[in-house]
Amino acid sequence: MSIFARLLPLCLAFALAAPLAAQTPLQDVLQANRADIANPSRGTVGQVIAALMAADAPGTDEFLRQWQDRTVIEEPQTGLFYYATEVEGRQLALIDVDSGFEAARVGSRDVTAIRPNAGVRREIGAALVRFELSAPDPARRLAALEAIGRSPDAEQIALLAASIPDEPDTDIRIRKERLLDLLNARFATETATRIAAIAGLSGDVSTEARRALNQILATEPGIAPSLPQDRNIARVLIPGQDLSREDAYDRLVAASLAPARADRNSIRDGLLAHVADGMVGGLPTHRMSDPSARLAAYDALVAQGLVPPLVSEADIDQSLAGYAFFDAYLEPDATLTDAARAAIEQTDTRLRLFQWLAISLDALSLASIFFLAAIGLAITFGVMRVINMAHGEFIMMGAYTGYVVQTMIPDYTVSLIIALPLAFAVAFAAGVAMERLVIRHLYTRPLETLLATFGISIALQQMAKNIFGTQARPLTAPDWLAGAISLNDVVSISTIRVAIFVLALIFLVALLVMLKRTRLGLEVRAVTQNPGMAASMGINPDRINMLTFGLGSGIAGVAGVAIGLYAQVTSEMGANYIVQSFMTVVVGGVGNVWGTLAGAGLIGFLQKGIEWFNPSNTLAAQTYMVLFIILFIQFRPRGIIALKGRAAGE
Amino acid sequence: MTLINRPPVAATAPILAQGTQTPPPRRGFLRENPSIPWFLGLLTIFTLIVSVLSEGLGIGALSTSMVKILGMTLCLCLIAIAMDVVWGYCGILSLGHFAFFGLGGYAIGMWLMYARTEIVIRESLTGAVLPPTEAELSEAVAAQIFGVVGSSELPLIWSFAHSLPAQLALVVLVPGLLALVFGWLAFRSRVTGVYLSILTQAMTLALALYLFQNDTGLRGNNGLSGLQNIPGLFDIPQAVLAVWFLWASALALGLGYLLFAWIVSGKFGSVIRAIRDNEARVRFLGYNVEGYKLFVFTLTAIISAIAGALYYPQAGIINPAELAPIASIYLAVWVAIGGRGRLYGAVIGAATVSLLSSWLTGGGAPNIEIGAFRLMWADWWLVFLGLGFVAVTLFFPKGIGGLFDKIVRKAP
Repeated sequence: MSIFARLLPLCLAFALAAPLAAQTPLQDVLQANRADIANPSRGTVGQVIAALMAADAPGTDEFLRQWQDRTVIEEPQTGLFYYATEVEGRQLALIDVDSGFEAARVGSRDVTAIRPNAGVRREIGAALVRFELSAPDPARRLAALEAIGRSPDAEQIALLAASIPDEPDTDIRIRKERLLDLLNARFATETATRIAAIAGLSGDVSTEARRALNQILATEPGIAPSLPQDRNIARVLIPGQDLSREDAYDRLVAASLAPARADRNSIRDGLLAHVADGMVGGLPTHRMSDPSARLAAYDALVAQGLVPPLVSEADIDQSLAGYAFFDAYLEPDATLTDAARAAIEQTDTRLRLFQWLAISLDALSLASIFFLAAIGLAITFGVMRVINMAHGEFIMMGAYTGYVVQTMIPDYTVSLIIALPLAFAVAFAAGVAMERLVIRHLYTRPLETLLATFGISIALQQMAKNIFGTQARPLTAPDWLAGAISLNDVVSISTIRVAIFVLALIFLVALLVMLKRTRLGLEVRAVTQNPGMAASMGINPDRINMLTFGLGSGIAGVAGVAIGLYAQVTSEMGANYIVQSFMTVVVGGVGNVWGTLAGAGLIGFLQKGIEWFNPSNTLAAQTYMVLFIILFIQFRPRGIIALKGRAAGE
Repeated sequence: MTLINRPPVAATAPILAQGTQTPPPRRGFLRENPSIPWFLGLLTIFTLIVSVLSEGLGIGALSTSMVKILGMTLCLCLIAIAMDVVWGYCGILSLGHFAFFGLGGYAIGMWLMYARTEIVIRESLTGAVLPPTEAELSEAVAAQIFGVVGSSELPLIWSFAHSLPAQLALVVLVPGLLALVFGWLAFRSRVTGVYLSILTQAMTLALALYLFQNDTGLRGNNGLSGLQNIPGLFDIPQAVLAVWFLWASALALGLGYLLFAWIVSGKFGSVIRAIRDNEARVRFLGYNVEGYKLFVFTLTAIISAIAGALYYPQAGIINPAELAPIASIYLAVWVAIGGRGRLYGAVIGAATVSLLSSWLTGGGAPNIEIGAFRLMWADWWLVFLGLGFVAVTLFFPKGIGGLFDKIVRKAP
């Protein structure tokens, strides 16, 4: 039933969109079978449906659905059929079956709804599925398959099997066959068919295939004096080995095969029930804060037969010895469960492989985000040795630039194309201004640079709050970046993350080319290594420092747009990345773009790896990662890729 | 690194005097530190005035919350002088001292919360027919405390929470050990300068993230609350307790000032200042630089923790956000604004900035109309603080304390 309910919006959409011309209108087809539609019975409904199918008038599926839902009425005077929907004042709106527009309003008592009985409705439902499964539009066939996959039942097997031979599309045919396997594995009546279907599912990592296999392998706990021969036993449980003595005893208690153990609370309740005149079990109640006194009082009550006796360890052992514990499959046929187990083992192997792939992709995407956030720092901190606590705020600035552009240009693609260079320009200008006004005066005092840039950071953050408010601002990705690329049910990655990865790659290459192949890069490296010598070779260190700092800041701005697309734009978004960015640079090795790449890779993969062990707790993963980094720096204080020789400097 | 701001006393103190034949005669401790009598005198007068004006013991001109703010400010001054010693004197820009402050607060907060809950539960169970056993009591306390994070078991780290002496010991031991281990690891591998700052910041971040988790047994982001109710002192009104805590904070600040002044004034002080100015040279002279740094780092961490243990019962609540790396950076900001390398500078900086901050953001200050634009202090204070801080770093590297140099030098 529910599958038809889910098909409703779909059917409606197609019913409305279907071409109206060039075919026999539905009303005419209906009128041709008027009597059988108005008073359907098990005997005639098959012919009627066949006639409707044969005519294939637009909106037939919608009519079948409404017919099944008992919302079709027959106008008594004209004999025309309408869909009825209730409107206010006990009125019914009559909807024309062909046009979908309201034709008239009548009182609900003036017309009688057609009420097909349960048997007829089932026939209609099957016809509807068949109708969709062999619909000419591939999208409708796929939708029908999905609907069946969501709520499978035994009746669909025949319908699905019947639709396979005529399926023209190879992909859909494969999906139909797989779905048929799924249905057969669970609902087929013959064991051989089921086993064949189960074998067909092995290695299939989709959720529904795994769910089908697991449903076959569902177990229930069982207890018996000796192992029963007529049950399909999954495993025998030995108390003390496979399950703890306490759990085993609790199972006995749950099956009413042994008396319940008295814990602290039941002792207390037993005592409470027999308190009289401030005494219980021959002892005064004020002594009952002592656990041993409680036991003594309870024993006294047991001796009087007022409370059930305590269960001793020996009693438990004795009870356990008398029973066999096992888990039994709900499915009685052992050949089936064996086949399912073999299939699921094969699936698990593949599943693990795909999970590895999924984790690696996740880690790669996290690494590229870290890389994007840190690459600007790698230039300012790594190359110039200027520690810029306001780096995160340049990221934020870039993201807000993207947001402002988006509010002015409604087309997301165009606004993104404009936002990227604009974010670079804004952050570049801010960086140059900061370098000229503040950092230039502090080159010899690195610790003070840290503090001064921190001052700028809190000022910028608060200014962003004052201008844009504290709530998060959306930076919407264009449609072509909004989806996800999915390989199967396990491995899927959102397009935006792929885009970020690509952007990180572009930055890496561009930066390397800039540093190694251009005049500016040469001068930057010269000034970094020895400003005095560079100056005497005719390079203006002031200008180079300014440009380098602007470049690092500008890249942060572009990174801000990318991060804003994937997360949200808030005034604190930069601050969230700053510590991690510094760690990326330090772990990777200062003064080296490759080092930053290595650092981002290490941190990204490490964080995802730790999360894999404890997926529920990303905070714990971050904690352990920071601890790891602290320890890592102990052993490689200069990072993964350390500069050697003179260039290493201080 | 160049010598930026040597404190006035340091300039005349004998630095590395071994090589000379006759060391210059040592002057008295107080003569060498003229700021001590001034500071202790002003602190005493301040405490007396606040006591007299307080609601609890005096004429009631100062509200209880104001007394608490002043008491808390004294604690912040204490951690500021600790920060000054480790940064201004020893050159280690630690961005982790507020983590130690928070740890001290957590250690005392555990006792405050446990003992108070236990008393409340004991009272609620006095009418029961059967008096509760210890196990039942502890279970009920745990359920009360950890209900917010969906647990009812007392975590292992709360094993000593029932005992005040044990938790007081933990106030000192936990941050002390953490600082010792962390410092040993960091100094041993010669992590210095900005790298050390980033490393300490990472430590603070790790600690804050750890505390944010619900299953680490410190109530996750709920933190510990109701700390202003002191177990066993329920009958004493908060107004009186506030004054008591003010006295305790003032006493701690005074003793801390004396201790640090003594440490930085003798030969030890000369060595750590030399480490700040040129670490390699001190090492070549045969000093165990790592040992000195480790001692200063650990001692200041412990004093910070004590300051935290006094601060949070006045604040009433502690949560992991207090330990976030930003708090430690603010600490550095206070010390820099007050003036590094002089203890009273740190006190001035911490008191000025934190009081000004709570006054301006608390809506106490009038908004200013500039034409059509309305300057809201709560919105713009951080902008001015940030920019002002940049200005101080650029133009007044000696901070507010630097002004005293001019006054003192002008006097004959």
